[in-house]
Amino acid sequence: MTAVAAEGVWKFYGDYPALRDIRLRVEAGACLALIGRNGAGKTTLLRTIAGFSKPGKGEVTIFGQSPRESAARRRMGFLGHGIGVYDELSALENLLLFGRLFGLPDPNRSAREWLDRTGLDRVRNGLVREFSRGMRQRLAVARAFLHEPSVLLLDEPFTALDDRAIAVLQGLLREAIAAGKTVVMSTHQLREALELASHVALLNRGQVAFDGIRTPEMVSDPGWVYARYGEA
Amino acid sequence: MREKVIYGLGALAILLLARDIYLISGFPPERAQGMIFKIIFFHVPAAMTAMLGSAVALIASILFLATRNFKYDALAVAVTEVGLAFLAANLVTGSIWGRVIWGIWWTWDARLTSALVCWLLYAGYLMLRRAIEEPTQRATFAAVFSIFAFLDVPIVIFSIKWWRTQHPQPVFWGGGSFPRDWSIVMLWNLIALLLLGTVMTLIRLRQEESQRELDSLRRMAHAL
Amino acid sequence: MAFFRLVLVVALKDLRAELRTKEAVNASFAFALVILLLFSFAFDPSEEQTREISGGLLWIVFAFAGTLVLNRSFARELGNDCLDALISAPVSGAALFLGKAIANFCLVMAVELVSLPVFGIFYNVRWTRQFWQLMLVLVLATWGLTVIGTIFSALTVNIRLREVMLPMLIYPIMVPALMGAMQLTTGLMAGNPIGGDSVAWLRMLVGFDAVFTTVSLILVEIVLVG
Repeated sequence: MTAVAAEGVWKFYGDYPALRDIRLRVEAGACLALIGRNGAGKTTLLRTIAGFSKPGKGEVTIFGQSPRESAARRRMGFLGHGIGVYDELSALENLLLFGRLFGLPDPNRSAREWLDRTGLDRVRNGLVREFSRGMRQRLAVARAFLHEPSVLLLDEPFTALDDRAIAVLQGLLREAIAAGKTVVMSTHQLREALELASHVALLNRGQVAFDGIRTPEMVSDPGWVYARYGEA
Repeated sequence: MREKVIYGLGALAILLLARDIYLISGFPPERAQGMIFKIIFFHVPAAMTAMLGSAVALIASILFLATRNFKYDALAVAVTEVGLAFLAANLVTGSIWGRVIWGIWWTWDARLTSALVCWLLYAGYLMLRRAIEEPTQRATFAAVFSIFAFLDVPIVIFSIKWWRTQHPQPVFWGGGSFPRDWSIVMLWNLIALLLLGTVMTLIRLRQEESQRELDSLRRMAHAL
Repeated sequence: MAFFRLVLVVALKDLRAELRTKEAVNASFAFALVILLLFSFAFDPSEEQTREISGGLLWIVFAFAGTLVLNRSFARELGNDCLDALISAPVSGAALFLGKAIANFCLVMAVELVSLPVFGIFYNVRWTRQFWQLMLVLVLATWGLTVIGTIFSALTVNIRLREVMLPMLIYPIMVPALMGAMQLTTGLMAGNPIGGDSVAWLRMLVGFDAVFTTVSLILVEIVLVG
């Protein structure tokens, strides 16, 4: 079953094409590492898949539905550059908020569970603005995973994480993939991402330059894909 | 082809205006207000042209939101700018009129006040456009604002008129007798101004399309 | 029903976040106070004059102070990219907008309700003579201000000079509602109940609120997602 599909997607900023005729299919249970230079369009593509903006041409579907449908959004977890939690609220209040917005049956239990899994249970009543960077990142991860999404869309998730947060995120992603969830993550941290990935796609100037299975070669030499398919 | 249309309409507008001005100067001065009363031949049609401009802007904005075609966005901004220019002409002619007749540059009567508020409304539209860099977002947000502005115009006109009904001022403008052949010339002048407005809009449209092409080429150059 | 539950969740979130820091309401109230004070020096009105200008003065104060609160509305979602997190949740743009509008409404009303007795004291005006009708006018006009302010806050969320742009966009559109509120308030401050001619203003306020609330609810999704 195809979890995420982009068919002939173009995205324009004014007349400038940031994404050009993107065709991508991610099967359920796959983990796709989206790589590419800065400005290649990784963030734009992820945001279009997540439904933050409509493609100029073409279509994006999540399990066959438009990402703007409530049902699709319920199954989707997004982690962008910002942490997506409120500084003036406590960790628990933030997760309760998102639990309620996602319509979880027992927001309190889910919130406590995820605070525990990300090692934040002790500081659950602390305000986010008092948290260290690593703690904020872990809370962001908790927010993205809270509603047990089937599809996880992560934009450079390993960037600027401290060691503990990286370990937490890798553990959670391994669990999710083992449980059959689908992951699409853009990344510069090739090693951490390629270890988890089952597939790799290279974006170059808004187009898909390479799209295939992740091979052991790629893990041992992360620059391999760039050298072969990207620009020097 | 489009150039020929622009030149053709422009020539027609100038001819009409010339004819109207000749005719208008031939009319006898108005009984109570004298020569300056004839400014009404430009004062009123300018306002009507501006109103038509705001209606076209509304339709262009809605069409843009429905189709995402940037030519409608270009039309919306072009027609709003031209409308603002005509509304400004309305305000200025009204002000001159008041200065000559009554010695004051401004008064808060219903029509002038409404015109001023509407002018500020659409000036806000242009300011909003200028403040948003990204073209798609600019066009979308401007279109939404244009819809709000258009809906507000009748409410503004009604409430200011009601305010002046409750707190009346001596009537400054209007009044005066208006013979039938004057009405016909007024109509012709309206047509002339509408033609002028159309020409200005077409020119501005051209310029907007060139600008968009330039912007996207610039972006592409940066990306390479 | 789920829609209104979500509206409530969003409204409570905004209120809780604002009341934690109280930045916007404190600034707003301080601003209101300062304007009231300045007007009092600048014009030093007699009791008769005060009653005539009370509507105008109060609503200028409320409009300016209210805009300080409304500015924060979508702006507070920018830090940490919270707006993205909200949009990716299965919440419609309309529920998001309505929740925020309700929270803003409560905050602006709070500032207004505290400013009224201060006004009464500084200017020596008995403002409670037609209390419930005054409350009605406050509610109607403040809702209009809130709706316009909230949707425009979404329109200006990404632009530079947002703090300056927002008032310049809001005030021309608000002219009819502010005018109606001023006229009605002046009458009520003088002790005259709303009746006869002034009912037209009330109807206009209701119409204004209805039109712009509806249009905002329809268009907000386009503004948020594009």
